Amino acid sequence: MSRLFAFWISHRAELASLLGQHVLLVCVSTFAAVAIGVPLGVLAARRPRLAAPLMAVTSVVQTIPSLAMFGFLLPVPLVGGVGARAALVVLILYGILPIVRTTIAGLRGIDASIHEAGVAMGMTPRELLWQVELPLALPSIVAGVRVAAVVGVGSATIAAAIGAGGLGEYIYRGLSMVDTTVILAGAVPAAALALVVDGSLLWLEKQLTARRRSRSRRAATVAAAVACIVLLSSVVAARRESGAIVVGSKNFTEQLVLGELLAQTIERAGVTVNRRLNLGGTLICDRAMLTGDIDVYVEYTGTALTAVFHQPVSTDAGAVFDTVRTLYAKTGRTLLPPLGFNNTFAILVRGADARSLGLRTIDDAARESGRWRAGFGYEFVERPDGYEGLAKAYGLRFPEPPRVMDLTLSYRALAAGQVDIIAGDATAGLIKGLDLTQLEDSRHYFPPYDAAAVARAETLLRHPEVRAALEGLSGRLTAADMRAMNYAADVEHRDITQIVRDFLARTR
Amino acid sequence: MRRASGDTVATLMPVPAIEFRDVSFARPGRPRILDHFSLSVDPGTALALVGRSGAGKSTLLKLVNRLLLPESGAVLVEGRDTREWEPIRLRRRVGYVMQDVGLFPHLSVADNVAVVPRLEGWAPDRVAARTHELLELVGLPPQQFATRWPDELSGGQRQRVGVARALAVDPPVLLMDEPFGALDPLTRAELHAEFHRIQRHVRKTVIIVTHDMGEAFALGDRVGVLDEGRLIACDRPHIVAASREPLVRQLLDALPAIPRRPSEPSEVVQTFRPAAHGGPEGPQYS
Repeated sequence: MSRLFAFWISHRAELASLLGQHVLLVCVSTFAAVAIGVPLGVLAARRPRLAAPLMAVTSVVQTIPSLAMFGFLLPVPLVGGVGARAALVVLILYGILPIVRTTIAGLRGIDASIHEAGVAMGMTPRELLWQVELPLALPSIVAGVRVAAVVGVGSATIAAAIGAGGLGEYIYRGLSMVDTTVILAGAVPAAALALVVDGSLLWLEKQLTARRRSRSRRAATVAAAVACIVLLSSVVAARRESGAIVVGSKNFTEQLVLGELLAQTIERAGVTVNRRLNLGGTLICDRAMLTGDIDVYVEYTGTALTAVFHQPVSTDAGAVFDTVRTLYAKTGRTLLPPLGFNNTFAILVRGADARSLGLRTIDDAARESGRWRAGFGYEFVERPDGYEGLAKAYGLRFPEPPRVMDLTLSYRALAAGQVDIIAGDATAGLIKGLDLTQLEDSRHYFPPYDAAAVARAETLLRHPEVRAALEGLSGRLTAADMRAMNYAADVEHRDITQIVRDFLARTR
Repeated sequence: MRRASGDTVATLMPVPAIEFRDVSFARPGRPRILDHFSLSVDPGTALALVGRSGAGKSTLLKLVNRLLLPESGAVLVEGRDTREWEPIRLRRRVGYVMQDVGLFPHLSVADNVAVVPRLEGWAPDRVAARTHELLELVGLPPQQFATRWPDELSGGQRQRVGVARALAVDPPVLLMDEPFGALDPLTRAELHAEFHRIQRHVRKTVIIVTHDMGEAFALGDRVGVLDEGRLIACDRPHIVAASREPLVRQLLDALPAIPRRPSEPSEVVQTFRPAAHGGPEGPQYS
């Protein structure tokens, strides 16, 4: 508990900005959902034949898990990609259903005689809608808005996976560092925010149901004023952010360190940086770069070769680098010189097992594999240079299919004895922290994974000083440096910003 | 108000405010509600239509303000076919009071009365003055009632607001659908008296439908009896009361006694059209 407060206090500026982003995401998406959902609801209430298909479509949208929805939207132009825009689209889609539903319910719940009175008094359909139907349906509509906003607070945490910011960043960061304090640092304020949103909209709903027009009007005026302020500030915030260089990273510790390293290096060159770290994976980073949502991130040559460009696996480091650089160049991106370390996959076992069984290479492990359970990250199971080829190359035969789990959690699972062999990163700080042993790839199955920054060519042309600064990192980061920084973050729970600052100061 | 016409016949014979010409109406899959139905109501007179539940009384009113259109035949308001009327204009010239009133629950009493004047774009002070005047007219002191909410009123008070609202822009025609049906007998008698007082002031063309013969006799200058989509009697109350038509007798005999209006006119002011016309100056009530 005291660690949590200490974390909040030391990160108070960041916490405030993440909270602000979160509130902004929810507010903007909820207002947009109202702007879309209420007219749809009115339409559906007027034309019952339209209502059934409309409800069906919005219900189906609601059942798509949010992470999958972000995935669908990634390649879609204009609304997709990564960042706040795509997150807003998803949140709006989720918000529409409850609002449509309660708008229909509110309109249908109006007494027939009231409706008839309005028509008989000579109200046009528009007058009837604005003066009678919508005011009477308002409490019901607000109930829908409340549901949409509370769901929005929850879904917005997931939006951190595509770099939209918000409190989800702490949750993802905590998950990748396996640090409960950091998870709670995001989860607790998110839950509190949900309660506050729920409570205040419930209050508004009650005010409206109390049918005291003057008071409810005042409340509605206050709500509208708050909305305007929020929207204005979001516009201002968006303005201020443009023109900065956007640095991305994938969602594990080393990538966060490398992203921070790029960011601080660019900042030292005097250019403003926007951090969009913790993106959901290789493909998300790649697409984000193609759509211009991020300008630069660190990729590994072997990963680019196989996962991004779908080329056959190769073990020659120089050839791989050249191939990848050419392929990037063809798609408007520049691969900068390698940073200096090779983050190959590390086949890991418990140090105790290695010592007692005398395990040194993956061949040694193949002997034992008949008794072992394996646990692999999602990517490793899917990649062409991943599990299937490895099993073939070394003749691994596990009694049951490998358990698929989060990469970072797999280290813990191995140390805790839940699995016996995993595929981690060679530079992971947890290898030392958890007393794990890396088995040698004696048959040279894995291609080289030299870390190198890849940037949008256009950005480098616009900012030659950024190119110079990034090229200055070339060869400066050894595997030992990387492992030490990962260790400092994962095991010692030190602040990544500080770790990187120390590193840059030391190697200047 | 009346059709502008240089036609000499029209000046001699007043154009009926409301006229049903051979009107038939049926809802899909249900027996015919109106069957070659004809009727006319002179300006400034009150016609009370009585009939059993489901006899087509409400339908008849909705044909006047064009909530419904006839299947065949024509309904004329101020001499003009409802099909030719622009529906919004027509409805604002026809006040409508329903049994369940249909007050807007989100508006105060004053705002309910002010709805149509505001739709018509009246200036705020004119709206306020009119609202004040109408609440006085229906016996609800504005100081006490203007800011009240519909759910704070008794049934009788709600009906009074309903009447005030229907009269707001001074429409020449007033339609009342079982207006006092849901009230207790005392309140009802009180509102009947109010109705005569108001009608003396405003002198509207009124159609009241009711299932209650007593109420019909109490309110109508003429009383019509509806049965199976036809008008089986339509005349001044004392003539209908003396009718030998079996169905009319049946309805009359169901009444314990026919209450006599104290103001029952002794001299014949109004005979069946076209013998006389009831202009605003006509002394219907002494």
